[in-house]
Amino acid sequence: MKTKKNFLYSQKVAPYVFILPFILSFAVFWIYPLITAFTMSFQDIGPIKKEWIGFANYAKLLKDKVFLISVGNSAKYMFFTLVLLIPFPMLFAVLMDSNIVRAKGVWKAILYMPALTSVVISGTLFRLMFTEYKTGQMNLITQALGLGTYKWLKNGWSGMLALLILACWRWTGVNMLYFLSGLKAIDTSLYEAADIDGATARQKFLYVTLPLLKPTTIYVLTISVYAGLAMFLESYMLWAGNSSPNNIGLTIVGYLYKRGIEKNNMGYACAVGVVLLIVALIINFAQLILNGTFKKEE
Amino acid sequence: MENRRYSDLAHSPQRIIKSILGTGFFVIMCAIIAFPVLAGLLASFRPGTELIRRGLAIDLDPRTMTLANYKYLFGGNADSRKYFMWYRNSLLITLVSVLLTLLICYFVAYGLTMYDFKFRNFLFTLVIATMMVPFEILMLPMYKEIIAFNLIDTYTGVIITGVCNASTIFFFRQYLSGLPKDLLSAARIDGANEYFISIKIILPLAKPAFASMGILTAMGTWNAILWPLLVLKGAEKFTLPIGLNTLLTPYGNNYDVLIAGSMFGILPIFIIFLIFQKYIIDGMTAGAVKG
Repeated sequence: MKTKKNFLYSQKVAPYVFILPFILSFAVFWIYPLITAFTMSFQDIGPIKKEWIGFANYAKLLKDKVFLISVGNSAKYMFFTLVLLIPFPMLFAVLMDSNIVRAKGVWKAILYMPALTSVVISGTLFRLMFTEYKTGQMNLITQALGLGTYKWLKNGWSGMLALLILACWRWTGVNMLYFLSGLKAIDTSLYEAADIDGATARQKFLYVTLPLLKPTTIYVLTISVYAGLAMFLESYMLWAGNSSPNNIGLTIVGYLYKRGIEKNNMGYACAVGVVLLIVALIINFAQLILNGTFKKEE
Repeated sequence: MENRRYSDLAHSPQRIIKSILGTGFFVIMCAIIAFPVLAGLLASFRPGTELIRRGLAIDLDPRTMTLANYKYLFGGNADSRKYFMWYRNSLLITLVSVLLTLLICYFVAYGLTMYDFKFRNFLFTLVIATMMVPFEILMLPMYKEIIAFNLIDTYTGVIITGVCNASTIFFFRQYLSGLPKDLLSAARIDGANEYFISIKIILPLAKPAFASMGILTAMGTWNAILWPLLVLKGAEKFTLPIGLNTLLTPYGNNYDVLIAGSMFGILPIFIIFLIFQKYIIDGMTAGAVKG
């Protein structure tokens, strides 16, 4: 017994004891499900038996119109969230960081507030604002402009607009805080040097701020790519369930949920998941290579 | 502290105008951002029929304002009992998740930071790798596992999959690597064992990291939807977001309880946020600066 105790207390063994929970969790809740997701995607999983069917699920996916719609929606959503939720929060952060803004703490707190709100609640509120009835805020605006009411959540472009406005509402403040902390890490003496050289505010932004914000930008870009491709709950709540007219709000994960949970077709749903993983990894690595992240280590 | 990033002229009229424009920009932006929540808050003081009739409106008409929704919510009726059962469930799951996540992730990060051993870098690479795969892809196989473990419809099933969180480990590791390692050797000379050092000497020094990660984990768990939605089946086990979601049915929405309950559900997180704002921002942005 004594030797056993000494063994556990030795400096050689202790780190493994500390890390053991991670190793277990990694094995049970990461590598095993990941491998299972791949193997299940090659199977037809019925209530009793499962059967190997090779690439049949994938072949079916390529011809599945609803799946292609969901990929299109997720891709569009991801693309526009990148366009809207990187440059604008960056500029807002630069403005917030300058000394012309007063009472900064108040604005930062309010801008962060949406991220604290559950999607169940924000989705419900946005559904009321985008309703097709006269009372919705969007229709109040169009009526004030003399355009009458519009069925926002029943048309493709306006449904996507609703999703994007919800995304901007939730994440503008969060991304701005990321950029703000990136700005705080930039050495102020660089700006002093730029001042001595007579640089304008625009030049300082382009040649000092932007290059030095790059690690933050890459971080925000990476999480935005994943969040955009894996978006599901926003759509689920905005349309009060996983079905929207003509699938205008259906995302890749929404389709995975529909096939796997609602229709209990796990094999096919896992194939959807594998495609999502491959797309996410390709985009992320392409982005990292384009940004030169791997070059430094050579 | 004076900010020298963007120099300007001191207290000139030009500067005052700039200041008004800059501050005004955020005033307008915050008004837009706050609108849905404020409108929801006002709606919670109106009967549900008003919400259907007039939608979300910023309108302080005292004739339509009433405390009836909140009276009903706290009234001890069937809906009220259901609501506070979900509230209690959410509190319980959040509390247990936060405690377990913090302790486990702290110890894992401690092991990865304080020792030099053969597989250290490899294991840390694995931690990073787990961040590269969206949870949604693992969701279905994990759901099958939870069924196989007989953990479906249990809180253990909801909590266990998330307690070893890669980004929390990452944050603790960042924090711990900033502490001097001499502390360990000094304590070892005094005869302290490895576990005593990790709990009694290093852990107290990592309190700010615990605060940051504790709050972020609490926020994430309190608002979690997807995984609890899969694991929890019985209405008496639901968490608050899942429960609120069931109030929306295709056959007439129970907006009275839904809106008042939603607003009261945001409350604990808002209070925590207002008190611990600094820690939240530190914890959230730790990964963003160093990359």
